[in-house]
Amino acid sequence: MTTSTADQTYFIPEPSRWPAIAVIGLFFTVLGFALWMNDISMGPISTAIGGAILAYLLFGWFGDVIDENLSHKYNDEVDRSFRQGMFWFITSEVFFFITFFACLYYFRNISLPSLGGTGHLAASHMLWEGFTYTWPLVNLPDVTNYTQLIEPMGAGGIPAYNTIILLSSGVTLTWAHWGLKKDNQKQLVLGLIMTVVLGLTFFTLQAYEYIHAYKELGLTLNSGIYGSTFYMLTGFHGFHVTIGTIMLIVITVRSMKGHFTEDNHFAFEGVAWYWHFVDVVWLGLYVFVYWL
Amino acid sequence: MSAVIHEDHHHDEPPRGFKRWLYSTNHKDIGTMYLIFALVMLFVGGAMAMLIRAELFLPGLQIVNPDLYNNLVTDHALVMIFGMVMPAAAGMANWMIPMMIGAPDMALPRMNNMSFWLLPAAAILLLASLFVQFIPGTGVPVNTGWTIYPPLSVQVGLGMDLLIFSVHLLGISSIMASINIVTTILNMRAPGMTMMKMPLFCWAWFFTGLLLIIVMPVLAGGVTMLLFDRHFGTSFFDAAGGGDPVLFQHLFWFFGHPEVYVLLLPSIGVLGLVIPTFSRKPLFGYKPLVYFMGFLFALGLVVWAHHQYTIGMSLGVTTYFMIGTILISIPIGLMIFNFIFTMWRGSITFETPMLFAIAIILMFSFAGVTGVMLAVVPADLQYHDTYFVVAHFHYALIPGAVFGLYAGVFYWLPKWTGHMYDEKLGKIFFWWTTLSFNLTFFPQHFSGLAGMPRRIVDYNIQYVEFNQISSIGAFAFGLSHLLFLYIIIKTVKGGEKAADKPWEGAQIGTPGLEWTLPSPPPFHSFTTPPKIQ
Repeated sequence: MTTSTADQTYFIPEPSRWPAIAVIGLFFTVLGFALWMNDISMGPISTAIGGAILAYLLFGWFGDVIDENLSHKYNDEVDRSFRQGMFWFITSEVFFFITFFACLYYFRNISLPSLGGTGHLAASHMLWEGFTYTWPLVNLPDVTNYTQLIEPMGAGGIPAYNTIILLSSGVTLTWAHWGLKKDNQKQLVLGLIMTVVLGLTFFTLQAYEYIHAYKELGLTLNSGIYGSTFYMLTGFHGFHVTIGTIMLIVITVRSMKGHFTEDNHFAFEGVAWYWHFVDVVWLGLYVFVYWL
Repeated sequence: MSAVIHEDHHHDEPPRGFKRWLYSTNHKDIGTMYLIFALVMLFVGGAMAMLIRAELFLPGLQIVNPDLYNNLVTDHALVMIFGMVMPAAAGMANWMIPMMIGAPDMALPRMNNMSFWLLPAAAILLLASLFVQFIPGTGVPVNTGWTIYPPLSVQVGLGMDLLIFSVHLLGISSIMASINIVTTILNMRAPGMTMMKMPLFCWAWFFTGLLLIIVMPVLAGGVTMLLFDRHFGTSFFDAAGGGDPVLFQHLFWFFGHPEVYVLLLPSIGVLGLVIPTFSRKPLFGYKPLVYFMGFLFALGLVVWAHHQYTIGMSLGVTTYFMIGTILISIPIGLMIFNFIFTMWRGSITFETPMLFAIAIILMFSFAGVTGVMLAVVPADLQYHDTYFVVAHFHYALIPGAVFGLYAGVFYWLPKWTGHMYDEKLGKIFFWWTTLSFNLTFFPQHFSGLAGMPRRIVDYNIQYVEFNQISSIGAFAFGLSHLLFLYIIIKTVKGGEKAADKPWEGAQIGTPGLEWTLPSPPPFHSFTTPPKIQ
């Protein structure tokens, strides 16, 4: 029998060491990146230390939160704070991706047409005479510092399969959610496992596609703006898929342990929102990066 | 069956030792740390300004070399914006918003701690980016200005990478703080404290938080692309590879212009408390003020390119940005009128916060006038990158943001410390700082209109007088802050006991719940939410 004394007051955690550890971990990670990029030998060491601290942190901090949740310290108001916090976090993530989509739009519809001689800001007669704009941009204005793109990425094949895979993973996740709401643990766990498997499949196919692009298509970070935007958009998406998959694995394990009930499963919903967000980003990617 | 053991949440003694601060989950302690950090950074950024003005006292090179000068200009801006104004405003939000709306703490206290402690980490990286130039082999110093435009920023050495990662940490910190504040305002209000009953300061921070949630990721994306251009062979900002350096300017200013309102809005919130208090009259037009702030929030997001009129945008685009920018004067002007009408026929007394508030109305309006001048495309083509712009934005940011924070400091010091500050010293500080501020920046309008370019270490001999007046003013302005520090330390250490409601008029208008608590308030306040009417 659980009593509801916890409903009376808002849970304020005791002083916690995790935020400070998070900051130290982040500091060493990014400091290491900065040094690493400048070929200073301390860089990788610093990043490794920072990364290890961050991994330890995630176990510790989320472990505390899970314990607090299981001991019913969170009332409805705390739950609402978590939900709203997650909502605003995803909002900021949306704007992060909008940035890259906006850049793609800007290159394709504003800067490159001008460079190719369209409109009254046309610059082709001043900079690179004879440069014509096509998308995907295979012939760069000046290829001196860049490698030649051989063939752009098509929309068929792996990207199309990946679209189907991610969309199905949204379906299996929702099916798992239905299971949770019906208090059917088997359906919940099965749905989550299917989602994780689909996520990992997506990740594997994407890795295979990257290798294919680098080795056979000449599509690299260094092959001009097409490669730059392609990898920036799909790369950050892939990074988010990775985080999402890790979060899915965590809640799968928690579901197996029976942590979630019909009316107390913010962790599940937070991860589900995140996963659907990653899904929607992929749809945008498929349309604007691969297809059009 | 697990009967929940009722844990003792009523220990009102703060934890002892360094853990109280490093591990804090208390909004008042975190607010204090934010404010102290901002005060330290005020002196760091101020020292940079003093060096800049000392160098500019005479034409030619005296103290610093051109690269170091440009690096100081860059870091002065970043330190003052990210290290001083934003943390000070966030500190006030941490301290006051939960008490105003009757919440026990911020919505997510541990995350609150992390948003603060990211700031010292970011500050270390930022200062490292300045000092790394003294180590041989680290490349060109960060000589780009705070806007870090490519292609110059692509050519800078290690310092730029440290700066970029510092910006990333600052971004994470701001986004987390904003999520926390917005969630606190939406979710943690005591029963009966409706949104439209909140003190204006809460509304101001609500919109500030939304702005940061929207624009900080864009800056993060922009500097990430810059990082990739620098190290991984991408061509986002290189036209030879099909990119466009102008794109970075768009990304930067999509963040940078709303950032101006991020700095400004909290101070407007402070004005919305200070002016009714010392006029002893309710705020004139509370609801319209909230709507104007919403209008400002929306407009602020869509006018960024007025910072880039000279880059060669099409006529239609520049016209759009010109009209949009001029439209901003409407909500700002209406706010100013609201504040003036609040004072109209009030029984006004001139305590230090009120003096600052009145000075803000006057001097910020002046920045608004030069702002409209700069918004007009043909005029801006003349003023662009001159000292006229420098004068304009220092008039906007020092009275608009910094003086608003000073007003807040004097207004709330009695509540925070339990002691009244020395009113006489406060007034001396006000006159000293206001006069020296004007002495510093007013002449820069003239040198700018006469054509003196900004961000250049040396200048033509015709600008000597203006620059010398400016430098003398700046030294006086810098010196006045030692008095500020002294007043704060003196108030913290002791002084006349402050009442729960130290200002006679503090409860007039749309009061918060902060005045129902003792001064200083207990370590934990409102553990059970109060009821309002």
